[in-house]
Amino acid sequence: MSIIPAATAKVATYEFRDVMRSRWLIAYTLFFVVVTDALLRFGGEGKALISLASVTLFIVPLVGIVFGTVYLDSAREFTELLLAQPVTRRQLFTGIYLGLSLPLALAFVVGIGVPFALHGLAEPALRLPLATLGLVGSALTFVFTALAFVIAACSADRLRRMGIAIGVWLLGAVLYDGLVLVLVMLFGDHAIERPMLALMIANPVDLSRVILLLQFDTSALMGYTGAAFQQFFSGGAGIAVAAAALVLWTAGPLWLGLRIFDTRDF
Amino acid sequence: MIEIEGLIKRYGGQDVLRGLDLRVARGRVTAIVGPNGAGKTTLIRTILGLVRPDAGRVVVDGALVGNDCGYRASIGYMPQSARFPQNLSGAELLQMLRDLRKSVGMAGSGVLDEELIGSFQLAGHLDKPVRTLSGGTQQKLNAVMAFLFAPRLVILDEPTAGLDPMASGIFKDKIVAERNRGCTVVVSSHFMNELEELADDVVFLLDGAVHYSGPVRELLRTTRQASLGRAIAKLMSQAVAA
Repeated sequence: MSIIPAATAKVATYEFRDVMRSRWLIAYTLFFVVVTDALLRFGGEGKALISLASVTLFIVPLVGIVFGTVYLDSAREFTELLLAQPVTRRQLFTGIYLGLSLPLALAFVVGIGVPFALHGLAEPALRLPLATLGLVGSALTFVFTALAFVIAACSADRLRRMGIAIGVWLLGAVLYDGLVLVLVMLFGDHAIERPMLALMIANPVDLSRVILLLQFDTSALMGYTGAAFQQFFSGGAGIAVAAAALVLWTAGPLWLGLRIFDTRDF
Repeated sequence: MIEIEGLIKRYGGQDVLRGLDLRVARGRVTAIVGPNGAGKTTLIRTILGLVRPDAGRVVVDGALVGNDCGYRASIGYMPQSARFPQNLSGAELLQMLRDLRKSVGMAGSGVLDEELIGSFQLAGHLDKPVRTLSGGTQQKLNAVMAFLFAPRLVILDEPTAGLDPMASGIFKDKIVAERNRGCTVVVSSHFMNELEELADDVVFLLDGAVHYSGPVRELLRTTRQASLGRAIAKLMSQAVAA
């Protein structure tokens, strides 16, 4: 007895095949191969990893949410055809979700992994940070493709859905840390560590940044919330809390996406 | 075959279906007609379970729609247009549907009706990725899927809109042949002369309710019109005047 229902596995298998053959997915993989390779050539492995983390936090959510939204748009009629088959909406949702998010996560992991493997990871100490980057990038993929399912039900207008997708990404990956910084400037005189931590956990991109930051042990290079977090937790506890929060972040949008998919009209 | 009682559906404060009652007879071709916005597509989607009604009930072949998805095993559905996953081939898509039904134990007798693949001469196209196929060819694939599992009920939403005249003729022959074998067919279309060829019964929707439902012959007789198109036009002008 497997955990995944057979119908889900079937849908996932075919969608996976479709997405794996998409030119966009190939371009996405190549993008990370080229960037990682270039970073490895022009800097040391440690430096390359840190730069790569910044690129990941920026690009992975963007591709997850935009590719997800575009894919669901184009699959609209076919989704209806599948819904007219004798399968439940839950089975379909999980199948489509896995078929969409797994190739993206795989493309990312292969894209950053292959260049490192080719260059032959010289510093064993960097193995864990590299693995963490792979995991965090995959988690962000799962979070943001799940959000694409939420967006798909938000509006009947294709252009508006696209706008919402880009807006959500802008907010999470670009504007959020800036807003936090403004809050810090305004309330810097008060004890704001706790609200800071809450703000950090409230955004999966910030959360991912902190996890990577703690792994790389390079303190406040990447954003204010990270610095606050490192002050608060040192060592294992911080990472455990952040990792747990990221798992919740993956589950949350997925649950919401499923709920919406289960009850909405097509 | 289909029994609908008091169906109500609102979209953003607008009533699309207002207490719709309808019975669709077994083994007949029932045409659903009506002006744009009358609720044709919403009605079809409610029967399929794609749209959840605010009130009312739909029973298909004895099974209440909304509880269990099993009733869809005996339904073949052809949406207005189908955009398939672009990087899969036609053969893969057909296999996907088969695998999907098998995985839930709903493959029925396992006998596939692939007649349309032959009559549309699709075999040569099935190995190519769907994105390389013309819109018409994709629509033919769509038609094949509707009949693939030898359904007892076929639901067709504007089926011939994307088909060329020859394919459209082949498709209509298929519909009639299936009806003669006892299959129930529900078809919505804007082409009245086409429906006249096919339909035994006609359902005329207006403002989200059934305005007329009965045999085509009966409608022609009571409205004293020679064609379905004119009879429907007459019904509409009467409704506007009332």
